[in-house]
Amino acid sequence: MEYITITTGFLIILAGLWAIMTRKNIIRIIIGFSLFDTGIHIVMVSMAYVKGGVAPILDKNELLTDTANKIVDPVPQALVLTAIVIGLGVTALMLAYAMKLHSEKKSLDIESFKDLKW
Amino acid sequence: MKKLFVFIILIALASMLYPLLDTFHGNDKLSELSQFYAQSENVSKVNAQNLVTAVVVTYRGLDTLGEVTILFLAAAIIAFFLKTESEKRTLRKNSEIFKTAAKMLVPIITMVGIYIFINGHLTPGGGFQGGAVIASGVILMLLAFPNMEFNHKFFEALESISGVVYVGLAAFGAIIGLGFLDNAILPLGKFGELFSAGAIPVIYSFVGLKVGAELSNILNKFKSVQAEN
Amino acid sequence: MDFKIISALLGIIMLAMSFIAIYHKKMIVAVIATGAVGLFASIMYLFLAAPDVAMTEAAIGSGLSTIIFFYVLNRIRSNDKEGRESDEIDEVIK
Repeated sequence: MEYITITTGFLIILAGLWAIMTRKNIIRIIIGFSLFDTGIHIVMVSMAYVKGGVAPILDKNELLTDTANKIVDPVPQALVLTAIVIGLGVTALMLAYAMKLHSEKKSLDIESFKDLKW
Repeated sequence: MKKLFVFIILIALASMLYPLLDTFHGNDKLSELSQFYAQSENVSKVNAQNLVTAVVVTYRGLDTLGEVTILFLAAAIIAFFLKTESEKRTLRKNSEIFKTAAKMLVPIITMVGIYIFINGHLTPGGGFQGGAVIASGVILMLLAFPNMEFNHKFFEALESISGVVYVGLAAFGAIIGLGFLDNAILPLGKFGELFSAGAIPVIYSFVGLKVGAELSNILNKFKSVQAEN
Repeated sequence: MDFKIISALLGIIMLAMSFIAIYHKKMIVAVIATGAVGLFASIMYLFLAAPDVAMTEAAIGSGLSTIIFFYVLNRIRSNDKEGRESDEIDEVIK
């Protein structure tokens, strides 16, 4: 199962990169970043999976003995947990910036922002 | 032509990712670090049922502190970008059914959020999830009553106080000689009960309040720049 | 139950959703497709024995971020109505 999910994660990363590099609309590019985020999270959680493991919550007595051979890896899960919340903050920041850009130029096309290009 | 270059970049990246996939054979056992965390003496030292919470709050507590700082920075920059001219506008009124349902649902959603972060060390969940659920309650309120005054002073005060208490509890452990963000500053209690795991529920509750207040502030900023429709 | 088949199905659905999110003409549909990717990802996390991550992704990835996208789209659309100068703007937004 982890092979399938890890492949999905990689493909979603590539789809997000494709959106970032080829689309012209800024909102579409932000959607691409969001997809990229999701793909990386799926890859990290798949790498944490242990065959036949259960979630790292020790709410049964039989889990308390020989814990290390029964659970999946908690550390990448904890990292992904914080990364998702940061992802929301970064997405909101990018959207606020897109709003600001649109109120300046009345356009969302990335090609119309050429002020730094010479 | 441009798409061809993009295609070449993508193929290069894919060929970099492929060895990762090729060498990945699935894990048969935990990594060494996680085995250390899952040892029974370390489990009883932290005394939290949910190992993810134990990792987030104590072992990797500094990461969480940095994460909360990043979220605070993002909220501050958004508030700076979306500075609103204080014009009074009246938005479209909602239907009676939606308003009544929102009035009934918002207290329940807030209660679920608080339940999630208070029980973060026993069941799946914790400060981040609970904070997100509280923010969903706030967004329902904002959608149902768009003309209501949003008390952003209260949310900012809640956020600041939660942050100060979080850092203060973390530093208190260092002052009495246990270590920064140690959870043994409070009695550890019995494994699997609500009052167990020392300071973890307290710290995670404050993280939850902070995240909830921050996300609510961000959402309110986005709502307050909406035009009349 | 065979989780392999279900996760393969979920993966195909997620790839289709991300394709819609990138190439659909209407921005609203694209944003909703992005939210759907997050929702299916949270089911996938549940299969990978990560309930904590699944809860976070379900609340944030498919709830709050979609709402923020809609707020921004609404603001941009009403901005366009105020100062409509050319028809090109409309094509970008849609």
